[in-house]
Amino acid sequence: MASIELKNIYKRYGSGKDSNQVIHGVSAAINDGEFVVIVGPSGCGKSTLLRMVAGLEEVSDGEVLIGNRVVNNLEPAERDIAMVFQNYALYPHMTVFDNMAYGLKIAKMGSAEIRDRVDKAARILELAPYLTRKPRELSGGQRQRVAMGRAIVRQPQVFLFDEPLSNLDAKLRAQTRLEIQKLHRELGITSLFVTHDQVEAMTLAQRMVVMHGGVMEQFGTPEEVYNTPATTFVASFIGSPPMNLLKAAPNAPANTVVGIRPEHLEITTEGWALQVDAIEMLGAERLTYGRWVRSVSDEVVVIRSEEFLPAQTVGTTIHVTPKVGKLHYFDATTGQRKEQSQ
Amino acid sequence: MVERRPLLSVFTHLGLVIGIVIIAFPLYVTFVASTLTLEQVLTVPMQMVPGDNFWNNYAQVLTGGSTRGSTAPVAPMLFNSLVMALIIAFGKIAISIVSAFAIVYFRFPMRNFFFWMIFVTLMLPVEVRIIPTYKVVADLGMLDSYAGLTLPLIASATATFLFRQFFMTVPDELVEAARMDGAGPMRFFFDVLLPLSATSIAALFVIQFIYGWNQYLWPLLITNDESMYTTVIGIKRMIVGGDALTEWHLVMATAILAMVPPALVVILMQKWFVKGLVDTEK
Repeated sequence: MASIELKNIYKRYGSGKDSNQVIHGVSAAINDGEFVVIVGPSGCGKSTLLRMVAGLEEVSDGEVLIGNRVVNNLEPAERDIAMVFQNYALYPHMTVFDNMAYGLKIAKMGSAEIRDRVDKAARILELAPYLTRKPRELSGGQRQRVAMGRAIVRQPQVFLFDEPLSNLDAKLRAQTRLEIQKLHRELGITSLFVTHDQVEAMTLAQRMVVMHGGVMEQFGTPEEVYNTPATTFVASFIGSPPMNLLKAAPNAPANTVVGIRPEHLEITTEGWALQVDAIEMLGAERLTYGRWVRSVSDEVVVIRSEEFLPAQTVGTTIHVTPKVGKLHYFDATTGQRKEQSQ
Repeated sequence: MVERRPLLSVFTHLGLVIGIVIIAFPLYVTFVASTLTLEQVLTVPMQMVPGDNFWNNYAQVLTGGSTRGSTAPVAPMLFNSLVMALIIAFGKIAISIVSAFAIVYFRFPMRNFFFWMIFVTLMLPVEVRIIPTYKVVADLGMLDSYAGLTLPLIASATATFLFRQFFMTVPDELVEAARMDGAGPMRFFFDVLLPLSATSIAALFVIQFIYGWNQYLWPLLITNDESMYTTVIGIKRMIVGGDALTEWHLVMATAILAMVPPALVVILMQKWFVKGLVDTEK
C-alpha cells in the first residue's frame, strides 16, 4: 500500500505558441489507504489527472509520487497500480479467467498462484460461475466486476477508477457503489476514483478533490466541501439543487456573493421578500422558486422545504429567513470564500 | 424485401434464376466440353450432355498437357499456382498487418509521409510498373523462380488500409489496459490485436488467394521454363494458332481444374469470409 503525492502538476498539449494547458498546477497529498474521489464537470481535467497518475499521459511539469517514489518516467506496469476503465476494456477474445490472469502471466507468475489469485478475486466479486465465459456473454454489471477483478488480482499499491459506474443503470450503480465501498474496507488499498457525478463523489469519498477548468478548487472531506465550499464553483457544483448564490441579497456586504443552501431557508412571516415563481413537488420535499420583490435583479432563489409544510401559491409574496450561521460569503470577482461571521 | 407478397416472391426468384443461368451456363459448357473428344467439341452445334471422355481428358492434361500445344503436364502447374497463391496471400497479410500496426500505433518521424507513400502505390497498378519491375526481377536473377513470381505482388496498399481501418476501431482503452497489464507493443500485437483480427485475416486470405491464383500477366512475363508455369499460363500455352488446331476439350479440362481450388477456398471459408466483412463486434 502506498500514499500518492502530486507536486504542482501541469499538463500541456502541444508546444510553443500552440500549446494548450489543461491542468494548471495541481498539488495534493493522498494518504496510504485513503479513498479519494476526483469530481468535476466534463472537460475539467479530472480524467487527465488520473491518467497522469496511471502513466498513460505524460506529466508536462511537476512530480507524481507513489509510495514516496517519483514515477514520472515509469511505464504504467512498473508503477504497481491497477486501473478500472470506463468501458471496462476487457479483452473480447479472452475468457473471464484469462482477462484477469493476463497481467499476471506477463509478470511471469506461476500458474498455480495465478489460479489462486483469480479464484480468490472471483469469489470476492461473485464471478466464480463465469470464469470460462467471454466478456460478450456477460451483462454490463458482470463485465464491470471482471474489470475490477483484473485490478484486484494484481494486488497493487493503488487502485485507479476512471468513471467505472457511468455505463451502468441507476439501480446497478447504487449497488456497485456499495460493493466498491465494501471492497475498499476489506482490502484497504489507496484508491483514486474519477467521476462527474456528485452523488457518487459524496457517498464514496473519504476526501474529495473538486476540479474546475484544470484547477483544483477544493480538497477536503465531503462534509467540508458541502458545509464550507471554498469557491462559488464548488458551492454551485456540489448539492442538488445547488446553493443559491445571490448578488442582490439584502444587507450583503459590497463586492460579495452571498451563498445559502435551499434547505437553509425557512419560510417565515418576516424577512427576505420573494414573489413565488414556481413550485415543484418532489415527494418528500418541495422546491419553491422565488424572485426578489424589491429589486430589479431577476435572480431566482430556491427554497427546499419538507412536504408536510403548507404549500405556497404561485404569484403570492412570501418571506424567508436564512438559518443562523448558514450563510456563505464569496468574493464577487475571484469567487473565493471569505471567512466572515454573519 | 420490404413487402411479402407471393407475386413479388415469384419475380425475385425469377430474377435470381436468370442471374444464375447467365453465370452458370458458360461453366456448364466448359465442363461438358471437357468430357468430349476433339471431334465432338468441334461439331457445330456442340452437344449439351457430358460425354464419356472425362477420365481420359483429365488424366491427359494432368500428366501430359496437350499434344499439339504445350506438352507440359498440368499437375505441377496446379502445385505452382497453389504455392504462388499461398505465398502471395500470406505474404500480403503478414506485411500489411505489420505496416498497419506501425502506422496506427507508433509515433515515428515522417509517419504521415510513409502513410501517404503507401497510399500513392494504390494509384500505380501492376500494369503501369510492369517494365521496371521486370527489369529489377531479371537483374536480381529471379526469373523462373517462386520468389520472382510472388515478391513483386506481395506489397499491398489495399490490405494495409483494411487493417488500418480495423485497428482504428479497436478502442484505445484496450491498448491502455494492455499497457497497465505490462504488455509491450509486440506482446499486445500477438496477444490482443492478432486474435481480434482473425476474421479480417480470413476475409483477406480469400480475396488474396484468388488474386494470386488468377494472376496472368506477371507469370506470363517471367516464366519461360515449363516447370514454373502456373495453371493459368498453362491454359494460354495450350492454345495454338488456328481454332481447328487447338485441342479445346483439353483446354476446357484445364480451365475446370484451374477453377476448382479458388471455388473450394471460397466455399470452405465462406462463413469466416462473410463474418470478416460484416462483423462489427469487437
